[in-house]
Amino acid sequence: MSGPNLRAIWAIYTFELHRFRRTLLTGLLVPVITTSLYFVVFGGAIGSRMTEIDGIPYAAFIVPGLIMMSMFTESIFNASFGIYMPKFTGTIYELLSAPVSAAETVTAYVGAAATKAFIVGIIIFATAHLFVDISVAHPVAMIAFMVLIAISFCLFGFILGIWAQSFEQLQVIPMLIIMPMTFLGGAFYSIHMLADPWRTITLFNPIVYLISGFRWTFFGKGDVGIEYSIAFIAAMLALCLAVVGWMFRSGYRLKK
Amino acid sequence: MASIITISGLTKSYASGFQALKGVDLSIEEGEIFALLGPNGAGKTTLISIVCGNVRPSGGGVTVAGHDIIRSYRGARSAIGLVPQELSTDQFERVIDTVAFSRGLFGKPRNDAYIEKVLRDLSLWDKRNSKILELSGGMKRRVMIAKALSHEPRVLFLDEPTAGVDVELRRDMWKLIGELRETGVTIILTTHYIEEAEEMADRVGVINKGELMLVEDKDVLMRKLGQKTLTIALTEPLSAVPDHLAEWDVSLKAEGNEMEYLFDTRAERTGVSSLLRKLGDLGIGYKDLNTRQSSLEDIFVSLVHREQMA
Repeated sequence: MSGPNLRAIWAIYTFELHRFRRTLLTGLLVPVITTSLYFVVFGGAIGSRMTEIDGIPYAAFIVPGLIMMSMFTESIFNASFGIYMPKFTGTIYELLSAPVSAAETVTAYVGAAATKAFIVGIIIFATAHLFVDISVAHPVAMIAFMVLIAISFCLFGFILGIWAQSFEQLQVIPMLIIMPMTFLGGAFYSIHMLADPWRTITLFNPIVYLISGFRWTFFGKGDVGIEYSIAFIAAMLALCLAVVGWMFRSGYRLKK
Repeated sequence: MASIITISGLTKSYASGFQALKGVDLSIEEGEIFALLGPNGAGKTTLISIVCGNVRPSGGGVTVAGHDIIRSYRGARSAIGLVPQELSTDQFERVIDTVAFSRGLFGKPRNDAYIEKVLRDLSLWDKRNSKILELSGGMKRRVMIAKALSHEPRVLFLDEPTAGVDVELRRDMWKLIGELRETGVTIILTTHYIEEAEEMADRVGVINKGELMLVEDKDVLMRKLGQKTLTIALTEPLSAVPDHLAEWDVSLKAEGNEMEYLFDTRAERTGVSSLLRKLGDLGIGYKDLNTRQSSLEDIFVSLVHREQMA
């Protein structure tokens, strides 16, 4: 055999998508219902009493943040679960004994998880249209942003799945770190609304730059310059790739 | 026969400091069934896991079908099918899907006819659309074998294929392994059941505490198995074996109270009656006779025991 093992990538990719298909109902219905609830509560009940933020109606303002929040959660959950389960059930033996490189493994698992996260993002985007009028200023950038976010967070989830040695460890990072960072990262407000020590402190939260960048693709403006957002995504991708590369080279928690 | 796996100076130390393998050299011939025999914790699974790519070696080298397992891992692993000891399966998958998945994972093009043949050979064809969780333990083991065979490997590793399997199923497994060998697949199995090695293997390797202590044709071992020990309880202890008994392979045991004679039951003349006659002629009295067959188990136990004494 020469060249990359494309059949293996395809086998893992379709296996993972098949796994998602088994939980299709909950997998797709949950984001739709969650989004609708956010719109009813934030967009309808609270938003009606709020002024516009940066000239954008509040209900529309929260759409990018909602999509990002769900994509973060979906990406991390799917990717971490995808690699944690074989470790947990022992079926990882087959992957480790197969003629598959680290790059192929990551491509397949992260590709499948990112595909699902992207689909969820699109579904939320479509659901949002039922509640508010949104026009997207930079549609191509929006799609590119979603793809990059999905890949970055799936890589992060993949790392988490390899690192985790229990279901609790698998949950702790998304629930205790990513979730608060997303809420405090301007998913539902502009960081300009904060008073100053908090505003400056918030700038240390990388999620701010991601949500701001995605909001830019919708409205042409964000909390921070788009160039900072692009730099942050690039940095996150590079960091995750470096960590994954190190994990495979050292055999970290995969091979004794 | 050409060697398909060559292991040289293989060592493995785990992070805990435990030395699982202490320099193993072994060559596996193409087409043979090789049984790796040893007590629990001897290093059998570690050895297999290194060859298959699940564990990193600390030192030494392994080639499979001419490919180094590190530098040319794709070539090496493509030649190997692994059935691990634990029943690890994707419970929610259908049998046929999981087997087809394995074939894809090993980079082989889809081949429905071959998958059907594998499933039929393993009596899994009727169950092909069942979810794995619906199958019995024995059937799950077959699914794992089917997965390992899905990419047409030249070498099949079976780690403890009959551990925790009932007697009937164990017979089935032996039959199955015999049939697999007819297809030309080289089979390496680990076991701590001696009868399993006796039943199936062409060659037997005994491993203990990370060292390969013996590698021998099973027939040679069987010849040792064919030997019996005659123990003669003497009425008066002897201080030395009389010169007149030089032509018999006798030795004194129990401070000269017992005489032991090793003989081949399949030889035309066992020498038992002539020895007893000679004892009578020499006026050496005896009060009891006992013969005992030496088994692979004895050889195994004495090897392991000797190691522990050292």
